[in-house]
Amino acid sequence: MPRKTMIEAIRDGMDVMMERDDNVVVFGEDVGFFGGVFRATQGLQAKYGKSRCFDTPISELGIVGTAVGMAAYGLRPCVEIQFADYMYPAYDQIVSEAARLRYRSNGQFTCPLVVRMPTGGGIFGGQTHSQSPEALFTHVAGLKTVMPSNPSDAKGLLIAAIEDPDPVIFLEPKRLYNGPFDGHHDRPVTPWSKHELGEVADGHYAIPLGKAAIRRAGTAVTVLAYGTMVYVAEAAAAETGIDAEIIDLRSLVPLDLETIEASVRKTGRCVIVHEATLTSGFGGELSALVQEACFYHLEAPITRVAGWDTPYPHAQEWDYFPGPARVGEALLRAMEQ
Amino acid sequence: MAVAARKANKSTPIKNPARKAVPNSPQFDKDQDLAAYREMLLIRRFEEKSGQMYGMGLIGGFCHLYIGQEAVVVGMQLTTQPGDEVITGYRDHGHMLACGMEAKGVMAELTGRRGGLSKGKGGSMHMFSKEKNFYGGHGIVGAQVSLGTGIAFANRYRQNGNVCLTYFGDGAANQGQVYESFNMAQLWKLPVVYIIENNRYAMGTSVNRASAQTDFSKRGVSFGIPGEQVDGMDIRAVYAAGQRAVEHARSGKGPYILEMQTYRYRGHSMSDPAKYRTKDEVTRMREEHDPIEQVRRRLLESWKLSEDELKAIDSKVREIVNEAAEFATHDPEPDPSELYTDILLEAH
Repeated sequence: MPRKTMIEAIRDGMDVMMERDDNVVVFGEDVGFFGGVFRATQGLQAKYGKSRCFDTPISELGIVGTAVGMAAYGLRPCVEIQFADYMYPAYDQIVSEAARLRYRSNGQFTCPLVVRMPTGGGIFGGQTHSQSPEALFTHVAGLKTVMPSNPSDAKGLLIAAIEDPDPVIFLEPKRLYNGPFDGHHDRPVTPWSKHELGEVADGHYAIPLGKAAIRRAGTAVTVLAYGTMVYVAEAAAAETGIDAEIIDLRSLVPLDLETIEASVRKTGRCVIVHEATLTSGFGGELSALVQEACFYHLEAPITRVAGWDTPYPHAQEWDYFPGPARVGEALLRAMEQ
Repeated sequence: MAVAARKANKSTPIKNPARKAVPNSPQFDKDQDLAAYREMLLIRRFEEKSGQMYGMGLIGGFCHLYIGQEAVVVGMQLTTQPGDEVITGYRDHGHMLACGMEAKGVMAELTGRRGGLSKGKGGSMHMFSKEKNFYGGHGIVGAQVSLGTGIAFANRYRQNGNVCLTYFGDGAANQGQVYESFNMAQLWKLPVVYIIENNRYAMGTSVNRASAQTDFSKRGVSFGIPGEQVDGMDIRAVYAAGQRAVEHARSGKGPYILEMQTYRYRGHSMSDPAKYRTKDEVTRMREEHDPIEQVRRRLLESWKLSEDELKAIDSKVREIVNEAAEFATHDPEPDPSELYTDILLEAH
């Protein structure tokens, strides 16, 4: 099977869908001629023309707003917000229009819209190019929120997102575009071309939204992670020698509670890891769900490892980033009880 | 500061929109006047009834009446072709009736009943009709402007020849996304007509106190979008300008802005006592510029209809409105199971 970077896999996903369905249109800032700042849309304009893959002004609210109108009409816009941090001006359209159109029109109008956003840190982007705003979306009824962790998933989940009849927020951990980054910023990253999850099948395939993947089977403690943190958790398990079961959630809403529950009932312990700030982060929701479902199976308190409650720092990026050392400590603590 | 405060408190004299009218305001023939009269009267009576029902506690929450502005939407609808889309903000009851949506369904949505157009999920500000190409009712000021632009994009993409009529008010005209939309619409030559219903008050703030440029027809100048000011109280002027705008958009020349100079007789919403303007001002507008009265006078004087004939129209309209009110009062409330439907396609 051919190996691809995550960017190539994402591009392939859009390409497959544009080929199959002329309702699919792709646009955003520098998305057309330039091919996207991360090159996710490179070549799509040349292949499908300027009416289907095009540049927009720097107008995030306008981009998402017009996309909602197109989706209401019946097109399937797949838009790029260049960095998730640029999403805030468009938040009104995402929450008040995209997420609510089906409900308030009693199902007469729907919003089959995908908003792609490179997300997360690890690239010295500082506070406006590194944030992980997933909890701002999971909190909104009427939205689906997805975050792939590897090229193969990225393509399959993106295809599912484009085919989905409802709006999907597609968060791409940009630190993973070129390889599975495990938080050891001082070591070289294995490129996807040398990693089995870099194998991306040709043509059309969809990975259903709401199905988690077990990345490492284990019996001692369940680790719930998504995006970059999947690899950080793998490194932490390897370095501490703890037989952790690492679950890559892949989709936060809908959430695969079944897989989570089965694992925690087996291990009796649960550590939740995310890069976003701790307070009111998605980890809080996961923790509540796990204790509601598995209270009598728990041997230790559920713990969260997350970004500190600070703006995303520049110089002190690696102090903020919940790397393998912090996750490892949490695993050891969970095993002490 | 003191100067600004003085300026803000000074009551601003209202311009007479009739003076702005195109000198050769086109004439309507008898049938056009009759149709305009019926349509506008339906909206007026419907809104009067909504106001009453609100007072009786049958309608809860927010309710923004269109009384006074009827000529705008009725006149614009006369310029449309089947397939053209309409989208507007929260003062939307008139637009829905003008689009041919059933009075019963609109009223039942106001009262939050299961026969409402959104099954009681939307309320006054959020109703839709796929069948009539009505893309809603939107409660966030200005949000519909981007959507209308997107619908126009879809029209161009599909080459379907449709034009999207995108309505918003003088208040929404100060929102940032309006200008993002103007830019994109002109850049991509989208078939959209932006209709700014300037009713002179953004909630409780007069245009002079909220807008640096009160000539809203010029709001597209920096994007090269043509615009004109229209006497929005004279349906003939609305129709004539609407035809120019719709033709421009449909022919592939891009967006067009119409500033409809109009006036709402009631407060911004039901909870607004409208203390920011004088009773005199409202009375003068009602007596001298009422859109329905203008047509009524023509029907009596030019077309020689009798008072009885007009009364017959009025009672027909009242019948429709009463029937809608009756339905909206007795239709059952939504089933509790509806709480979790239509959020996503599948339930989670």
